[in-house]
Amino acid sequence: MDDYETTETLDVTEQNCPMPVVKTKQAVDELDAGAVLEVLATDPGSVSDLGGWAETTDGVELLGQDADEDDGRYTHYVRKTE
Amino acid sequence: MSTDTPSADDGAAPSRAELEARVAELEAHVAELDAATDDGDDGPPKMSIIATKGTLDMAYPPLILASTAAAFGYDVTVFHTFWGLDILHEERSKDLQLSAVGNPNMPVPNLVGALPGMDRLTTRMMEKRIADNDTATIEELLGTGLDMGVEFQACQMTIDLMGYDEADFYDGVTTGVGAATAIRDMTEADIQLLV
Repeated sequence: MDDYETTETLDVTEQNCPMPVVKTKQAVDELDAGAVLEVLATDPGSVSDLGGWAETTDGVELLGQDADEDDGRYTHYVRKTE
Repeated sequence: MSTDTPSADDGAAPSRAELEARVAELEAHVAELDAATDDGDDGPPKMSIIATKGTLDMAYPPLILASTAAAFGYDVTVFHTFWGLDILHEERSKDLQLSAVGNPNMPVPNLVGALPGMDRLTTRMMEKRIADNDTATIEELLGTGLDMGVEFQACQMTIDLMGYDEADFYDGVTTGVGAATAIRDMTEADIQLLV
């Protein structure tokens, strides 16, 4: 398990595309620079989607992703960089 | 027979002075182009979507793409025209239908799909799948898009054509706009889509 100093947790379990990305963006907007958001998801597509989003979007960095495919739980760690 | 390769001292070769003048001219032109494209206008990227369909299945793509692009930091406008208006219509958006005919991928033959009540049945089936699959409803997606600053525009000409009233649309929807507004948005946009 990755161990990040998370500031906030966003629960988007039982929500499907595009909500994990959209709600992550909304949650990140509320954070201060340097804060780390933990995103709890059940959408398998969230791994690729949040990765692509973080790569393309200024001001955020994807620190890591935990995919527990057996349990269908996907955890993402996003840091607000600016 | 001789090998006719052009030689450097061909009479047509430009002189050094001519070349220097040409280089200076091109440099000036490049600077002009740089100024025109840069223009101090380093705003966010833009996306423009034209939404023309109002069936349950076709209401999703513009809303999903609009809210996702907004999450990527795009300024998004969605211009709704003809049946696409129904997505923004407070009452009609809650009752978007899926057609049982005209789609060969449907599990019912067109002949059966044309029977009374079949559109209602296929719509119910799709709504159940949407709920079972944790897919957001049209209303949720629209609300999220509005929260994220997506500009949803309702084409004025088709509002009048369909006999709708400006008050029929969700709060936050822009009315009183036409094709020229859509063209302007598309001209400025980095991504343009017709759905």
